[in-house]
Order: sequence, then C-alpha cells, then structure tokens
Amino acid sequence: MSILQVSDVRLAFDGVVAVDGVSFEVGEGELFAVIGPNGAGKTSIFNVLSGVYRPQRGSVRFAGQDLVGMRPHRVAAAGMARTFQNIELFSHLTVVDNLMLGRHNHMRYGALSAFLWLGRARREELENRAAVERVIDFLELEQWRRLPVGLLPYGVQKRVELGRALAMEPRLLLLDEPVAGMNVEETEDMARFILDVREELSIPMIMVEHDMGLVMDLADRVMVMDFGRPIRTGTPAEVQQDPDVIRAYLGEQHRSVAP
Amino acid sequence: MKALKGRPELYTSYAQDMAFLNTRPKRAWTGGLVVFALVVPFLITDDLLQLLATGFVAAIGAIGLNIVTGYAGQVSLGHAFFLAIGAYTGAALSGSQTGRVIGFGITSLPVWLLASGLVAAFFGVLVAPVAVRLRGLYLAIVTLGLVFLGEHVFREWTSLTGGPGIGRPAAVPELFGVRLDRDNALFTAAQQLYLVMFVLLVIFGVLARNLVRSRVGRAFAAVRDRDLAASVIGVDLTRYKVLAFAVSSFYAGVAGALLFVVNGFFDPGSFSLLLSVQYIAMVLIGGAGTISGAVMGALFITLLPRITRELPAVLPFVSGDATGVITVFQLEAVLYGVLIIVFLIVEPRGLFGIWVRVRNYWRTWPFSY
Repeated sequence: MSILQVSDVRLAFDGVVAVDGVSFEVGEGELFAVIGPNGAGKTSIFNVLSGVYRPQRGSVRFAGQDLVGMRPHRVAAAGMARTFQNIELFSHLTVVDNLMLGRHNHMRYGALSAFLWLGRARREELENRAAVERVIDFLELEQWRRLPVGLLPYGVQKRVELGRALAMEPRLLLLDEPVAGMNVEETEDMARFILDVREELSIPMIMVEHDMGLVMDLADRVMVMDFGRPIRTGTPAEVQQDPDVIRAYLGEQHRSVAP
Repeated sequence: MKALKGRPELYTSYAQDMAFLNTRPKRAWTGGLVVFALVVPFLITDDLLQLLATGFVAAIGAIGLNIVTGYAGQVSLGHAFFLAIGAYTGAALSGSQTGRVIGFGITSLPVWLLASGLVAAFFGVLVAPVAVRLRGLYLAIVTLGLVFLGEHVFREWTSLTGGPGIGRPAAVPELFGVRLDRDNALFTAAQQLYLVMFVLLVIFGVLARNLVRSRVGRAFAAVRDRDLAASVIGVDLTRYKVLAFAVSSFYAGVAGALLFVVNGFFDPGSFSLLLSVQYIAMVLIGGAGTISGAVMGALFITLLPRITRELPAVLPFVSGDATGVITVFQLEAVLYGVLIIVFLIVEPRGLFGIWVRVRNYWRTWPFSY
C-alpha cells in the first residue's frame, strides 16, 4: 500500500529540463531517499510534490488525490509537510510561534473570533499549544522555546524546522538535506530524531541528502538521479553496487578504482 | 495560585503562559498607565487634552497601518485614502443635511463609527487583489496612486466634502444622547473627548493585540518573513493578504472618522501624501510589528508639532514666521524624514525597541553588562 505514487514526471524551465521521466512510489512507514550529484533535480522533485512547481507532464497521486496543479497550501492541507535545504523559518518569531504556525491548518477559527480571543479561539489555541509542546518535548527543544529562531545555532534551527513540519501531523514528510552543514554530533542527533519519527510516529518520509553514510544507514530504498533522470532505484546495498550509479558519482575513468 | 508566590515567571498552565498580560511587570505597567491616563484630564489644560485625544485617534490609525505593514509586511502608502473614506463616511452619516453638503443625521457614535470602518474595509478588500500580485516598492507605488485618486475625487465631489479650502463639519459625536463636543455640567468638551478617545483606543488596541497573537496574526508574520515557507505549511497567501488589508482599512476608517471630531471641521486637502507619510513615520518610529510601538509612535508624531513650536524661543535660526532661516513648519517636515532615517539606522525596532532595552537592563540590574 503506497501513500505516494509519482509517475513519469517532467519539469522543464524553457529549454532547461530539471526533471524528466521520474517515477517512484513511497509506501506507508517507508523511508525513501533520493540522492544524486548537485543539479540532479532532487529539490525540483520536492518542489513538484509540494506544489511550488507545476510539472508539464506526469502525475502525482498522494493519499488518493491528484496533486498536480494544486497550490502549496492545499497540498499542505492534504497532509504533506516538508523542510528546506536552506532553512526557511520565520526568524523573528519564537520557536513556539513557528511550531504553532505548523498547526495553522489544525485550527479553524477566523479573524472575528481572533479579535475577541474567547470561546473557540481560546480553546483551539490552548489545545494546539499542548500539541506543540509535545513536539518540543519529542525534539528536545525545551530550552529554546521562547527565543526567536533567528538567534539559535544552525543545528537547532534545522531541528526547529523539522519540528514545524512534525507539528503539522503530516501523512508524508519531505526532508531536504536534513543534515547539510552539520558537524558529526549534530548529524547523529538528527539521525536519531529521524529514526524516532519513523519508529514512534510511523510517518513515511522522503529524504534528499548528500551524506551517504546517513542515507545508507537509514533509508529503506534509494533512488539515484543524474541530470534530472532516475538511474537506479533499490535498496542501499543494491544501489551501491550499480555501475551506472558509480559512474554518475565518480565519472567514467574512475571505474577501475571503484569497488 | 499560592505556589506562584515569589515565582512570577513560573507558569503552571498554558492558559497562564498565553495570557494577555502574562507577567507581573506587564500587569503593573498597564494598570499604572491606565490610571495615569484617566487622571490626566483633570490635571492639564484643554488644548493639551485635545492634542492627546487626537494622538489617541492617530494611534488607532497607526495600529491599522502596522497590521498591514508591520505584521503582514505589505508596505502601504495609501493609508491617507482609507482615513479619508472613514472621515467622509462618518461625517456624511452623522452630519445634518444642508444646502451645501449632504448628511443623514445619524449622530450615534457607535453606529457611524462602525459604518466608517466597514466602508473603509470594503475599499480595502477592493484594492487588495492588486496587492496580492505585487510586493515591496511596487505595492507602495500602487497604494500611493490611491492617495492621488482620492485627492482628486474628494476635491471634485463638493456635495460630500464641501470642496477644497472650505471643507465640511466633522462627524457629530453623540453617545447615549450626550453631545461629547459640548461642555456640560460634569466635564468640558475636551475632557469628554479625551476620555472617549482613550476608551476607544484601549478597545481597538486590545482587539488588535488579540488578533496579532492569534492564528491570523501568526499567518501575517509568516507571509511577511517567508511567503514560500508560509504557503508550504498551509497558509493561503491570497486570503491573508486580503484580510490584512481589510483589517488595516477598517482601523483606518475608524481613525479617519474620529480624527477631525476634536477640531470639528476638515477639508479634502488634509488627505494628502503627507498624511500617509506621517502614519508610516508613526509605525517606523514607534516600532514596526508591535501594537504598543504604534501607540508610542502616534503620540510622539502628534506631539511633535507642539514641541517644534516651542523651538523659536530656544533656537534663534528657527522662526515662527517666514523671517528666519527655517520656519517651524519646514523644520517639522524635515524632522519626519530625519527621524525615520535615524530610527531605521540606529534603532530599527523603534521606540518599542528602546523600551525593550531599558527593560532588559533593569531586569538583570545590578548585574547588567
């Protein structure tokens, strides 16, 4: 049973083809990784999935709905959450407010009840604050709760961004380079949180990452891309042995030294 | 509550943490300021009271501009236009029909005040679709266009506005059958208007504060800080930009309707670009993205002419008439610009930021390094 089916997606900007012929499926509870050299089209796939770009061809079915042409906030409402390669947090707001924004769609009250902050508005705010505190607890963010995220260290900001996505209680989580630019210790922390998400919350994930150690340790299946096309999809062990993958990463003339 | 004694920042429920005034100093300061504001009318002269009453009204307008510009990040130079819509709606609804200007004689303050806000909000919603497609300077230019459109219409539509240089009476403030702009047995007109404007400012200030700490206010801030991330977490950008304009225009309409009540008379020339600039100055000097900053900025800008008027006595090159190097009126216009520049460079968080610094200094006193 798969939560996401992507088939034959093509995305081009005028003459530049960013993604072509991409098809894959992600199952319930699966951790699916997308890897490839810089410019292979990994982030473009994420932008297609979350509604930021509209592909020229192909279909994206997510939990029974067709996502192509849906605007990003509709896609979010359907249950897709993502983090960004370069942190996209609301840097003037506190950690709590950033996570509360993740719960935007879990609250329904409008501007008129917001003015009065009584009844429904107050009740929903308190309920969702409790939910946000559970995420804070889960990601061990307690000590930074009240600080504007712009003041936090990079590794913590990455974690807050994961928290904002988790606060949405998504049905599918897209992680765009969750450990980019982190030191070993921060990477280990993040790996632990990703495993926690999978084991305790059983949210299926798609992860784009350059840290091969992390990808090979965590992912159930890996899709390797090069120049916008998928060249191999399989388990980490299968992918590592594939001659096309080795060529994409190391180039033609290095084939003899590759394992 | 006993457990909290001596530990004012220990919260035992989210309701306490998220309360409107969630710290003891906030409660103390707010209470103190309210008491002070209620005592003031019995201590100072009527002309100062009138000035402060105008300042309170300006504060309502500045809160409105701050919602669209400071919170939602949509720079609007069109605030004067929405103030004008409110002013003319209020004046026409409450004024009496004369041969020269139209009026409907509905003098009850709550009625025409609400109507003024709603009419202005309606125009805000009309303009908003343009705002959704533009940002930054482009939006500023389009909203600037509104001011010139408005100036032309109000100059020509003399049955509504009385025409340039002549004007018409402002809205008639009547509350529960009492004319607020006339002295009576208990209070002078200035005292009554001061108190009513203060109460209105508190009401609209509290409502705005509730809005900005709610789901809606957070969505505004998200649109301002990073619109891409905002849409990806489920914020409908179009909807919230339109909403920000609607709320902002509503506040402008309310402020516009009240703005000339103290003076009693106004003409279409009042709603020029300078008025928009004054409101931008209030927001930037007070502190963008804060309600109390908007109030501080509005009071500061309203009191500024009064302060510059005292200058000829101190500085010989400033004159009250055209004889000196620079007149007080020129100096005033220069000061708006200089103050905006100085605040943007030195303290972008405005007067509110200065207050935060003072507060943080004393919080750790005597160990403030």
